[in-house]
Amino acid sequence: MSAVIDTHGHGHEHDHGDHHGGYSGIMRWITTTNHKDIGTLYLWFAGIMFFAGGMMALVIRAELFEPGLQLVNPDFFNQMTTMHGLIMIFGAIMPAFVGFANWQIPMMIGAPDMAFARLNNWSFWLLPFAATLLMLSFFTPGGAPGTGWTLYAPLTVQQGIGMDFTIFAVHILGMSSILGSINIITTILNMRAPGMTLMKMPMFCWTWLITAYLLVAVMPVLAGAVTMTLTDRHFGTTFFNAAGGGDPVLYQHIFWFFGHPEVYVIALPAFGVISQVIPAFSRKPLFGYASMVYATAAIAILSFIVWAHHMYTVGMPVTGQLFFMYATTLIAVPTGVKVFNWVSTMWKGSLSFETPMLFAIGFLFLFTLGGFTGLVLSLVPIDIQLQDTYYVVAHFHYVMVAGAMFSAFAGIYFWLPKWTGKMYNETLGQWHFWLTLIFFNMIFFVQHFLGMAGMPRRVPDYPLMFETWNKISSIGAFGFAVSQLIFLYNLFTTLKSGATAPQKPWEGADSLDWTHLPTPVPYHTWETPPVLK
Amino acid sequence: MFISALAGAAALAASGAAAALEWNFPPANSPIADDIHWLHQFIMLAVVLPIFILVFGFMFYACYRHRKSKGHPAEQFHENTTVEILWTIIPAVILVVIAWPVTKVVIAQKDTSSPDLTIKATGYQWKWGYDYLKGEGEGVSFVSMLATPREQIDAGAPKDEHYLLEVDRELVVPVGKKIRVLTTAADVIHAWWVPAFGAKQDAIPGFIRDTWFRAEKSGIFRGQCAELCGKEHGFMPIVVRVVSQDDYTQWVAQQKQAAAARAEDINKKWEPKELVAQGEKVYAANCVACHQANGRGTPPAFPPLAGSKVVNGPKEGHIDIVLNGKAGTAMQPFGKQLSDTDIAAVIGYERSSWGNKAGIVQPAEVRARHK
Repeated sequence: MSAVIDTHGHGHEHDHGDHHGGYSGIMRWITTTNHKDIGTLYLWFAGIMFFAGGMMALVIRAELFEPGLQLVNPDFFNQMTTMHGLIMIFGAIMPAFVGFANWQIPMMIGAPDMAFARLNNWSFWLLPFAATLLMLSFFTPGGAPGTGWTLYAPLTVQQGIGMDFTIFAVHILGMSSILGSINIITTILNMRAPGMTLMKMPMFCWTWLITAYLLVAVMPVLAGAVTMTLTDRHFGTTFFNAAGGGDPVLYQHIFWFFGHPEVYVIALPAFGVISQVIPAFSRKPLFGYASMVYATAAIAILSFIVWAHHMYTVGMPVTGQLFFMYATTLIAVPTGVKVFNWVSTMWKGSLSFETPMLFAIGFLFLFTLGGFTGLVLSLVPIDIQLQDTYYVVAHFHYVMVAGAMFSAFAGIYFWLPKWTGKMYNETLGQWHFWLTLIFFNMIFFVQHFLGMAGMPRRVPDYPLMFETWNKISSIGAFGFAVSQLIFLYNLFTTLKSGATAPQKPWEGADSLDWTHLPTPVPYHTWETPPVLK
Repeated sequence: MFISALAGAAALAASGAAAALEWNFPPANSPIADDIHWLHQFIMLAVVLPIFILVFGFMFYACYRHRKSKGHPAEQFHENTTVEILWTIIPAVILVVIAWPVTKVVIAQKDTSSPDLTIKATGYQWKWGYDYLKGEGEGVSFVSMLATPREQIDAGAPKDEHYLLEVDRELVVPVGKKIRVLTTAADVIHAWWVPAFGAKQDAIPGFIRDTWFRAEKSGIFRGQCAELCGKEHGFMPIVVRVVSQDDYTQWVAQQKQAAAARAEDINKKWEPKELVAQGEKVYAANCVACHQANGRGTPPAFPPLAGSKVVNGPKEGHIDIVLNGKAGTAMQPFGKQLSDTDIAAVIGYERSSWGNKAGIVQPAEVRARHK
């Protein structure tokens, strides 16, 4: 965007440069209403959850290193798969992108803060309570739920009190997401600087605007599903029990009506980050801006009518299978548009390959592979063979890890200099990328083979023919974990003693935060909105 | 780190040489499985591969040629309506083209009409019950559960070739006949799946669903439960033995004879020793996964039987809970799966093991409470 800025009123910002609302120490963070502080809190929270969920993944992979039960019993194994999924989705990926939204949206649209600053504080501070409830469920009689993150009825009825902890945690997480989304929608619709029309916004803001609508639409549906589970468990209702006129499959319909849009809640902000990073390192504007916006909206709308493709094996009528299959394959069209646009952005640019760009290209390559396996899985007959196998596990990790997580790393390396004024160590960043890339594929590429050969997911033990791929996958998992320690080391040394970042470390970056705000950004920005002509 | 990973990979290659690396679908043994394999190959080779080469050809070419370090100047174009319309319409057309063959398979896969044989598969935590409902063999009924010994699973004993894929009683079907499988479940959702047949169908408590297969070749075909159903989800395989029509007829005759021979004399008075010995076998097959060999269970989900109030209390309470199960827990109604004699035996075993001294019950006492 080549917006022309009226810079009057800039010197003003120095006057109350760095005051933190009158509190210091821990109270600063508890009481803060500053979007940058809250963004930071979200990101630290996501980081902690990422490592907690990662530890659980290591328990899973260690048990699956060889046939037989060695380390954990099947009950605890199921608890691990459940909590790994819940924590990674609700604790790590979603908060990470809300963190980016908090930091970046106000700066990108020329707003002084989020629309509802106190609500913003509350949205974040709900999360630690939810996470604590989730973790506490391990220490209840019977432990955490062993149902998988999808919490399917009627297995949920057999669980201990840990299930109730999880249900309330999901309620709180949902509340946090809804409040955060209302804030993002209001901020984007009402607080753009004069001249910042919707179609001039950086793509990251667009993807978040659409994501926020998705969240407001589907989180209450999830809350409904888990509340019905709660009343089935304790108050004698039979929503999901055929003996009382209910239907276990009803749960799946409600859950996936939330669950499929949730996939895009995670993917769309990731698309947004990638749409900032690729143009910056191609030194070329994003190709097909308008079609990118339409494609994002199309994906979001389609995501509401494809949910039952997660349920092809429940035995729905043939017309139902065909409808959901056709609708699902349609998603390939707008997703294809986005991939083609990113590649065209790179085409005839002037490319350089710093860490954020490496993660973005890694995203583009591996996420597209996840898209291909998504196309394979969208087709009913093939899906019936692959449903609930490791092929599905491989598919959604290509979307969630190589998609969302790679994009989150791209965002962190991209924006860290702007936020902190410190430059990360490029060599370590590149090591982090390459090792993550290699070990990611070592873990998950072979899982396609396992699924095709017939290994079901969510099993603590397996027949002998699956041994070799499982060993490779498990070794990859530990390599992956070690690679993330490089990131931690790089992050901490950067924060503590990183080199001073140049004013504009990425010459191709063109959003307002890069072009018109100093590095590091002051505590308060855009007290006087910029005017775009 | 690299070196250790490489060393690990090399060690694997050496150790894995014995076991073949499975990386594709198992060989198909039904028309639907043939169709699935064909569709998968078609999608991968005709759709995915060309798009992959095209997209990443452009991407990696740009990464190689259009670099700043090579002095490539950045052009500033950022839209091209023709190209954008084309790459929206062409993928849509491709989707319409692939929809045609896929739709035909979906319809064929759903067509469970006019079967030669109808079998009901009931998922239990954690075994499969089979009832031959219609066709040759009507009336045959049995429960099929994992035959792999616990020592191989828990204690690292050497594992058989078909570790976790072997059962005590296989499902037997005739070759070349259309078999319709009705699925349902007694407790939570399970899924009946045999990869070689391309047949997978969720088994949903309280509902009947169906799928079908027609085995083209004789042999033994193995699968596993495909829907997380609790603790022992990984330990409830499905094994189907496909036999010739003659062998099948013979097998059915054997089953009928055996059933007649088993017809129990419900009023027989058993000696405690004899009953408890029989009960130990029933316990090892049905109860040990949860309540454990030492009777201590894994509380709180799976309560101990040693010293239990129910086990040491009145006979009636003990009989009722085994017959009817306990709602909302994994304790299932065994009255639907086991004979009254076996139930009496296992109750007798529980009441006189692990320090319990509550005395045995006779099959007639179980029958009296079996509604």
